[in-house]
Amino acid sequence: MLRRRRQFDQWTVITLGIILVYIVFMIYPVLSLLLASLRDASTGAISLKHFQKFFSKSYYMKAVINSFKVSVSVTLCAVAVATPLAYIISTVRIRGSSWIRVFILISSMSAPFIGSYSWILLLGRNGYITNFFKNYLGIQTPTIYGLPGIVLVLTLALVPLVFSYVCGALKNTDKSLIEAARNLGSGNFKIIMTIVVPLIIPTILAAGILVFMKALSDFGTPSLIGEGFKTVPQLIYNEFLGDVAADNGFAAAISVMVVAFALLAFIIQRAISNHLAFSMSALYPLEPLPAYGIKNVLCHLYVYLYMLIALLPQICIWVTAFRKTKGLTFDEGYSLQSMKTAVSQMSVSIRNTLVFALSAAALIVLIAVLVSYSTVRRPNPLTNSLDVLTMTPYIVPGSILGIAFVSAFSRQPIKLTGTALIIIIVLAVKRMPYTVRSSTAILHNIPESLEEASLNLGASSMKTFARITMPLMKNGIISGAIMSILSIITELSSSIMLYTGRTQTMTIAIYAQIIRGNYGLASALSLILSVFTIALVFLVFKITGNKELSY
Amino acid sequence: MSVTIKCTDIVKRFGDNTVIPGLNLEIKESEFFTLLGPSGCGKTTLLRMVAGFNSIEGGTISFNDKVINQIAPNKRNIGMVFQNYAIFPHMSVIKNVAYGLTTRNVSKAQTERRENHVLDKLTITPLRDRMPEHMSGGQQQRIALARAMVIEPDVLLMDEPLSNLDAKLRLEMREVIRDLQKSVGITTIYVTHDQEEAMAVSDRIAVMKDGVIQQIGTPRSIYHRPMNIFVANFIGSTNIISAVAGGRTVTVDGYRAEIPALASPLPEGTAVKLSVRPEELLLAGPDVPGIKGTVKSSTFLGNMTHYLVMLDAGDEIKIIQESSETDYLSPGDRVNLTINTDKVNVFSEDGAKNLTRGE
Repeated sequence: MLRRRRQFDQWTVITLGIILVYIVFMIYPVLSLLLASLRDASTGAISLKHFQKFFSKSYYMKAVINSFKVSVSVTLCAVAVATPLAYIISTVRIRGSSWIRVFILISSMSAPFIGSYSWILLLGRNGYITNFFKNYLGIQTPTIYGLPGIVLVLTLALVPLVFSYVCGALKNTDKSLIEAARNLGSGNFKIIMTIVVPLIIPTILAAGILVFMKALSDFGTPSLIGEGFKTVPQLIYNEFLGDVAADNGFAAAISVMVVAFALLAFIIQRAISNHLAFSMSALYPLEPLPAYGIKNVLCHLYVYLYMLIALLPQICIWVTAFRKTKGLTFDEGYSLQSMKTAVSQMSVSIRNTLVFALSAAALIVLIAVLVSYSTVRRPNPLTNSLDVLTMTPYIVPGSILGIAFVSAFSRQPIKLTGTALIIIIVLAVKRMPYTVRSSTAILHNIPESLEEASLNLGASSMKTFARITMPLMKNGIISGAIMSILSIITELSSSIMLYTGRTQTMTIAIYAQIIRGNYGLASALSLILSVFTIALVFLVFKITGNKELSY
Repeated sequence: MSVTIKCTDIVKRFGDNTVIPGLNLEIKESEFFTLLGPSGCGKTTLLRMVAGFNSIEGGTISFNDKVINQIAPNKRNIGMVFQNYAIFPHMSVIKNVAYGLTTRNVSKAQTERRENHVLDKLTITPLRDRMPEHMSGGQQQRIALARAMVIEPDVLLMDEPLSNLDAKLRLEMREVIRDLQKSVGITTIYVTHDQEEAMAVSDRIAVMKDGVIQQIGTPRSIYHRPMNIFVANFIGSTNIISAVAGGRTVTVDGYRAEIPALASPLPEGTAVKLSVRPEELLLAGPDVPGIKGTVKSSTFLGNMTHYLVMLDAGDEIKIIQESSETDYLSPGDRVNLTINTDKVNVFSEDGAKNLTRGE
């Protein structure tokens, strides 16, 4: 056994190969970014000038504080909304709960900025709800712009993520733990506080840090709904691509600080989680039981109210996509005009989205499977470092990854800017950690003895991998690939840093149309994106045979 | 502290499916009472009804004549040991043990005294501040017992507590459980599907099948005088042989044996079933009168030798004999079997009724 692991074989070659790829496409861009942040562009000398500039003006610090406000509020709100939701759906029989689960999963797949745009359509200055209240009831609804809107949109976008994490943890919670507590004299409230919450705290922390990172790195939502409320991703975007005075070095300096901050948050979360960690597996999982009386009513009310609020923006977009337009304004009545325009004018971005997503997913699956296999089955310092490398993008926000790629690949020796390849690679690198994690989980569930049996029967390690391991991982791999495609087709923050006219994707097109005020076309494109998303989600269901997704 | 438990006309339904159609049971004070039966017989269902985790669709359960049907599970003051122990994974051993006390407003000094006592009694004091993760099944079992006993419950319920342990630990833990129960004198309901375990620990056993109690009795009476063929088969190992009875004798393939234990003489020609345990059969040479057969195989186990004999009449019979150095049989040997007529049980042909006198 030990000798086999130390052997220098094909797996060592593969591991080294992937490490090389990551040095070129992960280490090198991040280092270029770090270098750019430390270099005075005019003199070429190493200086802390950019950092000094950052701390010299409260304008910049304000964006950081704003970002912090957004991330913390969104994290708290998403946990506060999603945890009861998950607990209710896992323990109380709710009418239509399987459809509710499906919907929650689908809504987790839509791009947050599309949500913010439809909330503007609903609650903005000229929104459907705003006008309704103003015209019929004479009430001025509170403004949606700024921090409240950002928090609302991002919370709704990220609740599904916390929901699915908490549901997973509750599924691993044995019913008998609750029964034991009850048997020992605890009432419902005490059981929740002393047993249920402590058991899911590590999961909530893990989901919380994900939400925090996603909220921190989201570019589209604050840009659309934030108005004067500037956050760090916008600051970076403006400094980097701004029409006025683009300052790459300065943008790099901000990025470096954000990544440092994210890293710190990540390390703290890890430390707390490790301290609290324990493993659970349920012999008798929790199951939804019918509730009666007021409890039943309140539980249904909570779930349905959440559903209504979460569905509203979707419905709004679907309706808007079919409204008649005249130039940039809406006319009375409905038509297919926006849809036709979307299909005819935007066919390039639709095609780009599909091509990029498929290519990136293929790349992701190939590398993720190899990485997970070598880290799970051949743990050694080399494969461990590979694991760390593939996880790094987890803490690098998408827009920053985008800038890092620009600063690394806009000149020789590797010039890739403007090509489709650079977008495909950045999308693959960004999504990789999730797929590596899910492949690793799948692999942990395949007994090693099956592979040992194959080796024992005379198959080579490569043949064993191809004939035994891969077929056993097949379903997991396919659903991992589709999940990758799903997350890639709704991606905006990295690709917006790298796109050119030829490599524009659907999300970029939607964003551009919203900025231009062409709401009909934007809605039509969003609708097409939603249809793709839903189709893919159902495809995953069909392949895995259950109505669950793993992120 | 200890109570009697009485179940009267208990009915359990899951939807349209009646799992327990009406069950009566009385458990005495300080008794170690076991519900024994194959999986799906309703034993765990009944236990969970006593604990309050399953609703009761009909009848009453009472402790000392006080009906508990409507009392919430957290107010019943019952200690329970779960099949998978249900040790709270996020709490240290002592926190697990003390959990029930925190809900009961026990004074600090009292809490400490009781904790120490129970930890000591179950010899887990060294584990006190450790987290339960990675603890062995035996250790978790002791923690679960300590947690259940520290609240000084009226009743102790155990749901297959040994089924997740290896054979050696099972033997050890069943002694621990038995001793603990006897020293505290707490009324205990124990659920298991393992008949040997049931006999080793119980004062009385209820053998269940399909939600119906087949027999209640001491381990001895159930083993020696099972009420029907199901119980005879379920408890220990037995051979069922078809025979014809007349008066107080039975005839198998020409071999006549007098059965003094038959409750009353049977009409000539009554078809019956004999239940003969492997150790109640004697192997003899072909010259001694007996049931004729051929040795099919023999397994030497040291003190005992197991034989499989094919009767000429067609039944296959297990026999256990004390091993002897010179006297052994090989496959193919012709043998005649005689029966220890004091111990044999005679059942009606449908197997539903034991025709011999019980003790």
